[in-house]
This record gives sequence, structure tokens and C-alpha cells, in this order.
Amino acid sequence: MYEKNGEKYFVVDGHMHYWNAAPDNWVPGAEKYAKGWIECFHAYQGLGPPDTHWSIEHFQKYSEDDLMKDVFEDGYVDVAIFQPTYLKEWYKEGFNTTERNALMGERHPGKFVYNTRWDPRDGDAGLEQLKKNVDRFGSKGCKLYSAEWNAGSRGWKLTDPAAYRYLEECQRLGVKNIHVHKGPTIWPLDKDAFDVADVDHAATDFQDLNFIVEHVGLPRIEDFCFMATQEPNVYAGLAVVIGGLMHARPKFFAKVMGELLFWVGEDKMLFGSDYAIWEPKWQVEGFVDWEMPNDPSLADYPRMNTASKKKIMGLNAAKLYDIEVPAEYQLKDGGTPGAHEVFAGEPEEHAASGA
Amino acid sequence: MTNPVTAGSPSAPPGESPPGAARVLAALDAVRDPELDEPITSLGFVSSCTVSADGDAQVRLRLPTYFCAPNFAFLMVADAYDAVSGTPGVRTTEVVLDDHFASDAINGGVAARAGFARSFDGEAVGELHELRADFLRKAVLAGTDLVCRPLARAGTGPSELAALTLGQAPRSAALERLRQRRAELGLPAGDDAPLLIDPATGAPLGADAVPLHLRRAHTTRVSIEANAGICRGMLRHRYGTSGLGEEEQ
Repeated sequence: MYEKNGEKYFVVDGHMHYWNAAPDNWVPGAEKYAKGWIECFHAYQGLGPPDTHWSIEHFQKYSEDDLMKDVFEDGYVDVAIFQPTYLKEWYKEGFNTTERNALMGERHPGKFVYNTRWDPRDGDAGLEQLKKNVDRFGSKGCKLYSAEWNAGSRGWKLTDPAAYRYLEECQRLGVKNIHVHKGPTIWPLDKDAFDVADVDHAATDFQDLNFIVEHVGLPRIEDFCFMATQEPNVYAGLAVVIGGLMHARPKFFAKVMGELLFWVGEDKMLFGSDYAIWEPKWQVEGFVDWEMPNDPSLADYPRMNTASKKKIMGLNAAKLYDIEVPAEYQLKDGGTPGAHEVFAGEPEEHAASGA
Repeated sequence: MTNPVTAGSPSAPPGESPPGAARVLAALDAVRDPELDEPITSLGFVSSCTVSADGDAQVRLRLPTYFCAPNFAFLMVADAYDAVSGTPGVRTTEVVLDDHFASDAINGGVAARAGFARSFDGEAVGELHELRADFLRKAVLAGTDLVCRPLARAGTGPSELAALTLGQAPRSAALERLRQRRAELGLPAGDDAPLLIDPATGAPLGADAVPLHLRRAHTTRVSIEANAGICRGMLRHRYGTSGLGEEEQ
């Protein structure tokens, strides 16, 4: 938990990882992809404050102790949600699998939520594995990476008929939180791999499921916003927004936050550190301190107050994952009045945008 | 013998004599990142540009990540090839994208003038015209915000904006750029054309539709600018050097 100015924040890290991307885990013949992937992640870390940068060797493989210290001891996180990414074509044991996460998490009861994953191209065997994982790890959510390479295919869409079978299975199994992560490739490659239109269709067809679009659809924030504003079960995962912009591009951070608050609303925004890309500590501290600057170009954006930040930092995710939040962290009477309640015009619309 | 642009090469006379590398670089200013709607030069994507005494031009490009989307990367390499080979006096053209997972397919495909689908045999269905047009439409929307926001702030209301033509709007670099993007899409771009149109159909907008249209236009601009910010940061982390013609933002 995090405390600032007498306010207590229950922190749920909605998007984090425990990976091994060191050379010992690279698939022979695919070394350049395994190396390219982790170097790309490492460049993202470069967008955080310099004193939080790691060496590439440390970044490739960090220990359980590192994670526990960075995320829980120093990082204020109460509960962290593992979001596995397999990439088994490049990493022998996978980049970070449900199993690797859970084996580590077992030693720290109550700290972690184990999301699993699926890939519609894995057919019936994948469906069986999904059931097994849910049974074994109690997964209530899954992370989907649509740009994953699989047996010659460079990616897939949520609207693929095979994906709908999996979504139906998720509904049956109570895997209700679908975290969608778009990447640079898809089949066919001439289409825009980052397009979020498929999430729109799936969210309409599966009303019992929640769709959390990670890194708010970046680089398609606008398409994500226009879609999320119409779909009550679509949420914004803030991984990359806070980590990638708050320090490196504060002005764009303000604008992107403004857009998200306007279109999506504070009830549907979820903090995620994307650890180990970025450590949660500076993100939590910075976000709680952050206020929309008093700049005329930002004047028509909604403002956040303390209650907004409490929701985004953890309460929204706790609701989606049925995580028990001690009374002292919950909102009193719907929240503390903020410093910017005077903002004209938007508050009603803003409040109405919640789920 | 090469004529590197960094050495401040003198500009070659027009006609058949080989151009200086500076002129080839100037031609590359016209090549844009389709997603970011900015020249590849100012983004820092051009790492070198040389022209030999015989007119053999070589350009090396670099991108912010190893995994930048291959379709957009292909468009930039292909457009750079066209821009360089179209420069008077250039005899042969080589454009090389470095450090990208699909470098070989892209470089080979562009050099062979093979098109996207043949360069990515079996992985692509069609060419990239539609993708390019989709992103030009986003550029039109973002450009509309750039032109209209100052007008709206100065008190021009939705019905007045809906009635304005391109010729009546105050002249600015942003307006000129908006007209160019519209012309590229085949949308009305003359003085009589309405300032506000639907970028998908070219139809004029009614006053009722203006506020939401402008709201969306602004979001589109914010998104593109935020992406450009991230790309610049990643590129800087990856290479630590400025590209030719790079402009800090």
C-alpha cells in the first residue's frame, strides 16, 4: 500500500511479469528474435527515470528476490497480476509462462493473481490446456498476445472463429478478464496489426467478459478511445502510458491521460507497471502526485481527484478480480472531493462514463 | 569515392551530373512515416546517405525497434527508394533498412520492385494501398485539429466552421499540409472545398456533427504525437546518435 498526505492507496499492479530472456533460454536458430525482443523491451525501460535503468544482463533475467523487493517492498504493490507471454518459438521455456509465474508465486501466498493465456491456433489441445491451467492456478483472467508467431503464422484476431471457441470456454470457466495486447504483426501482414476493431466485436458478443486493452491500444489510442467509450465492458490498461510517457514525455502524458479520462473514464482505467520493463515505485509515487497541468491547451480535459487515483491505482482492478480490499483503503462516500471540482462542463459527462 | 552529406557537399548542377548527397537527403524529406505523418529525416530514421561520383546512391535507414511493424517499414523503404531513384542524376539506388527482424525480406523485396505481397510470400494477401489510405485519413483528421483548434479558441463556432472553405481559412503551414494530405487521398482540396469534411467520403459536415468531429480529430492528433514521442525516445535509446536531418521535438 501507498500512503501520501494521509491518504491510503491500495495498489494492484494489473500487468507485470517474471521472465527469463537470458541466452540460456533462447531457441537455437531463433536467437536474433529472442535477443531483439528483449532489447526492444529494454529500450522501453530507457523512457523511465535514469536511476531506474538496469543493465541488459540484469534485465534479461532477474531473480525472485529482485521481483519481491522491486514490486512489493519498494514498489508499494499489494497484489500483482501476472500476465504471461509465451513466445515459445523464441524462448525454450517460454518468455514467462503461467507455470513459471505460479511456481514462484506459491512461495508468497496472497501476493499474486495468476492469469493464464491461450492462442486460438493451438486448437483442441490449447482448449484442454486452458482448462487445466484454470483448474490448477485458479485463473480468473488471461493475457492474449495477438502478434505471437506460431508455426509460420504471424498473428491472429479476436474475431477469428477459433478465438470465439476460446472466448466461449473462458465464459464457461469464469475466466472473465481478457487482457488484450496487440503487437506489430498479424495475419495477413498487409493489415494493421494494432487495429482494435476485433476487440469491439468480441466485447459486444461476450457481454459477460471484461476486455482490458493493454497499453490502451498504443499506438492506436484514438481507435481504442472511440471504441471503449461505446463498450461498457472495455477497460484501459495503463501499462506503458505511465511508464513510457509520465517521465519521458510529460506533456503527452497529460494529453493522453486527458483523452482517457474523457472517453473511457476513471472507473475503467487500471494501473499496470509492466514490471520488469519499469519498476512500480516511481510510477506509483509519480502518479499519485500528478495533476493535470494548468495549461490552456489542457483546459477541456476532466480532472482527477484523490478518489480517481485510488480507483485507478487498485480499486478498479480489485473489483474485476474480486480482491478483498481492507476498509481503510476503500472510498468514503464515493470519494474525497478533489482540488479541481471547479472544472466546468465535463464532470457530469465524466461521471456518467463509468461502467 | 563517395560524397557523404555530413561533409557539407556542394549541390550538384541540375541535369545528368550526380546530385550531392544533400539533394538526395532533401528528396528523403518527402518520405513520411505513414503512422506518424512526419518525414523520416526529421524522425531520425536516416542514418546515412551517400552518392558516388558516378551517381550511385546509397541510403541506410533505421527504426526505433527491431520489431517495428513490417508493413509500415516496407512503405518507408519503398518510398525512400522512389524518392532517391527519382532524383535527377542518380544512376543506381540502394536503400537498406538495418537492424529489423524483416530487413532481408524488405530490402530484397524493394530492390527487386517486388511489391509487399511477393516480398512476404504467403504472409500477406494484398498490397499496402489501403493501409496507407487509412493512415492518410488519420493524418487528415489530426491536421484538421491543428487548423481548427486555434479558430475554435478564437471563438469560431461549429456552424461557422462548417461553412468555412479551405480558401477562407487563415493561411498557415498546417492548412497547406492539410490540403496536401486531402489531395493525396483524392479528397476535395481546392479553395472552394469545405474546411470540414468526412475523411472517409469527402462529404461536407453539418454543423451538428462538428463538435464530435473536432473532438475525434484532437484525439487522433494526440495519439499520433504521443506515438512519435515514444518512437523518438526508443530510437535515442537504441542508437544514441542523431539521424541525418533529425529534429528534436
